[in-house]
Amino acid sequence: MTIIDTHVGASTHAQGTGSAFVASVGQWITSSDHKKIGRLFIGTSLLSALLAAVLGLLFGLERISPAHMQIFNGDATPQLFSLYQFALVFGVLAPLFVGIAIAVVPTQLGARAVAFPRVAQFGFWAWLFGALMVDISIIGNGGPGGGATDLVDLYLLGVALAAVGLLAGSLCVATSVLTARAPGMTLDRIPAFSWSALIGSFATLLSLPVMIGTIIYVYVDHTHAQLIFGGNKGIDSFLGWSLSQPMTFVFVIMALGVVAEVAPVTARTEQPLRPIVLAGLGIISTAVLGAVTQSAHVLDWAGTNSDKVKSTLLHSLFNGLPLLGMLIVVLVSLLCLKIGTPRVTASFALSLLGALMIIVGVLGNGLYNLKPASLDGTVFSEGTVLYLVYGGLLSALGALSHWAPLLWGRAIDNTKLLGLALVGLLGTILASFPLYIAGFADQPANTVMGFDYDGPIALWNVLTGLGHALIVLTVIGFVGLLIDAVRNGESVSQEASA
Amino acid sequence: MTIALPAAPAQAPRRQILVATAMVSASAFMLIIGMIAMWLKFRAGAPTRDSSDGLKIIKDWMPANVTIPEVAANIMLTTFPFGALMAQWAAYSAKRDDAPHRSLALAISFLIGLAIVNAQVAVYSQMDIGLADGQFQTMFYAITGTMLLLVVGAMVFSLVAFFRSVGGRDNDTDVVNAHALYWYFLTAAFSVVWFVVYVQK
Repeated sequence: MTIIDTHVGASTHAQGTGSAFVASVGQWITSSDHKKIGRLFIGTSLLSALLAAVLGLLFGLERISPAHMQIFNGDATPQLFSLYQFALVFGVLAPLFVGIAIAVVPTQLGARAVAFPRVAQFGFWAWLFGALMVDISIIGNGGPGGGATDLVDLYLLGVALAAVGLLAGSLCVATSVLTARAPGMTLDRIPAFSWSALIGSFATLLSLPVMIGTIIYVYVDHTHAQLIFGGNKGIDSFLGWSLSQPMTFVFVIMALGVVAEVAPVTARTEQPLRPIVLAGLGIISTAVLGAVTQSAHVLDWAGTNSDKVKSTLLHSLFNGLPLLGMLIVVLVSLLCLKIGTPRVTASFALSLLGALMIIVGVLGNGLYNLKPASLDGTVFSEGTVLYLVYGGLLSALGALSHWAPLLWGRAIDNTKLLGLALVGLLGTILASFPLYIAGFADQPANTVMGFDYDGPIALWNVLTGLGHALIVLTVIGFVGLLIDAVRNGESVSQEASA
Repeated sequence: MTIALPAAPAQAPRRQILVATAMVSASAFMLIIGMIAMWLKFRAGAPTRDSSDGLKIIKDWMPANVTIPEVAANIMLTTFPFGALMAQWAAYSAKRDDAPHRSLALAISFLIGLAIVNAQVAVYSQMDIGLADGQFQTMFYAITGTMLLLVVGAMVFSLVAFFRSVGGRDNDTDVVNAHALYWYFLTAAFSVVWFVVYVQK
C-alpha cells in the first residue's frame, strides 16, 4: 500500500531537538507530499537564481574592463558561461514552474495528491543531482570546452539527469490534470494555471527527449570516439539550442498561465473570454515546433521572392505564433481589469510585469532572427534569455505570493512586495536591455575577451551588472518577506487561494 | 487541541497508468525521432568522393566492409508486432477476467522482449564493428542501444505486470492496457529505426 502524506504541517513526534531535526530532514527528503516536493523545487530554484544572478553580476563587472578586472581565468570563461546559461534555464526557469505546478495544480483540481508522487519525488532528486553534477563538472574543468575528459562526460550526464528529473515532474503534472480532476471538473473548466501546466508539461515532454537523444549521441561519441561532435569544444554547438530560444518559450508557458489565473482574482470578476485565454496558452505551445527542430528560423530578406516568402513564413511561424499566444493571454487577462473592480495586488503586479518582460524577450528574439539586423553571435541573445528567465522569475514570485496561503498558510505583505516588484522589474530591464544595445554594437556573446569595451559599451555592462545585483536583492527580499510572513504573519485559510 | 474531520476518501484515479504510459511513449517516440533526425542529418552531410573509375559518386557514410545482417533485423521487425499482439491478448484476457491467459500472455511478451534483445546482440556480433571505428559505427551503436534500452524497459514492464497478475491483481486492467500501449509504441518506433538505420542505412 502506498502512503501519501498530504498535510502541510505534518510533523513527527521525535524525542529531543536533535532527533526532531533529523526526523524533519528525513521527512523532507522522503516526503511524497506534493506541496513539499513543489517547495523543494521552488527553494532550490531560487538558490539557483541567486547563483545565476551572481555569475551575471561578475560577468558584467569583468566586461567593464577585462584587462583590469580579471575575475575569471580566461580559459574558464566559456565553461562559466555554460554554467551561467544552464543555471538560468535548467536551474531557474524550468524547475521553478514545475515546482509551482506540482505544489498547486492538485489543489486546483480537487485531488488529494499529484499523480505518482514518488515519481515527482524522484524528479526533484534527479534534477537536483543532475544540476549538482553540472556544477561539479564545471568547477573541475569539465563542461563544454573543458580540459578534464571525465568531467566533460559528467557534465553531459548531469544535463541529461536534470532533464530526466524535469520530465518526471512534468509527467506527474500532466497526468494529474488529465486523470485526477474532481468529478464534474471537465478540462474546459479547469483553472487557467492548471491548463497552462498541462500545456507546458506536454510541451516539455515532447521537446526535452530530443535534447536527451542529442546528449546520447554526444556522450557516446565523447567517451569513445570523439569523431563526430567535435569533442569538448563541440558540445555547445549541438546542445546550445536547449539553453536558448525557442526552447525557453516552452518553459514560460506556465508564467503566462499565472497572469491568466491571477488577473480575474485581482479584478474580482470572472474571465469573460476564458476559452480565448485557454486557446492563447495553447498557441504558445507551438514553440515546441521550433524547439524540436533545433532551429531558430532566421528571416533572410534575400534571394528570389519565393525565398523571401518562405523565410518570412518560417520566421512568423516559429517566432510569431508563440508571441501571438502570449499577447492574447495578456490582453484578454487585462480585459478583466476593465470590467471588474480591480485592487492593487503584488501578485498581479509581479505576474503581469513578468509576462510583459517575457514578451519583450520574445520580441527581441524575433529581431535577433532577422538576418539584416546582423545580431548573430552578439550578446543580444544573452539579453533575450535574461528577459525570458527574469521575466519568468518575476511571474513565479507573483505565483508564489498569490498561493502563499495555500503553500505556507500565510499571506505575504502586499505593500512590501509591491516595492520588491518594482526592484525586480528594474533589475530585469537593467540586466537585459543594455545587452540589446550592446548587441547592436557587436559585443560578442559568451565571452569577455577579444573585444574593446571602452566607451559606452562599458556603461551597458555596468548597467547589466547592476541589474543582476537588483535581481539578487529581489530574490533575497522575497525569501525574507516569506520567512517573515511564516514566522510572524497571521494564519490564513489555505483554501482562499486554491 | 484541534479537532478536524477525517480527510475525504481519495478520488478514484481515471486510468492514471494508461495516460502516463501514453505520455511516456510520446516522449520516447520524440527521443527516437530526434535521434533519427540527427542520423539523417549526418548521413546527408557525409562527404562524397568519386569512385576510382570515376563513374560513381561514393558517400563516405557506411564503410564498404560493414554489412548489416538483414535477416536478424527483419526478424526483429516481425517480432515486435508479436510482442504487441501478446500484450493485446493480455489486455483482452484482463478485460474478461481470465487470469491464466492474462499471465501467460504477459510471460510470452516478456520472452518476446528477450528474443528481441537476443536478435540485437546477434546483429552486433555479426557486424563486428567497434564503437569508435567511425562516424557511422558510433551513431549506429547510439541509436540501436537506445532502442535496446526501450525494449529492456518493456521487458521490465512485462515482468512487473506478470507478477502482479500471478499475485492475484484481477482488477489490474489499467496496468495491462498500459503495457499493451507501450508495446504498440515500441513496434512503431522500431519500424522507423528499421527503415532508416537497417534498410536505408
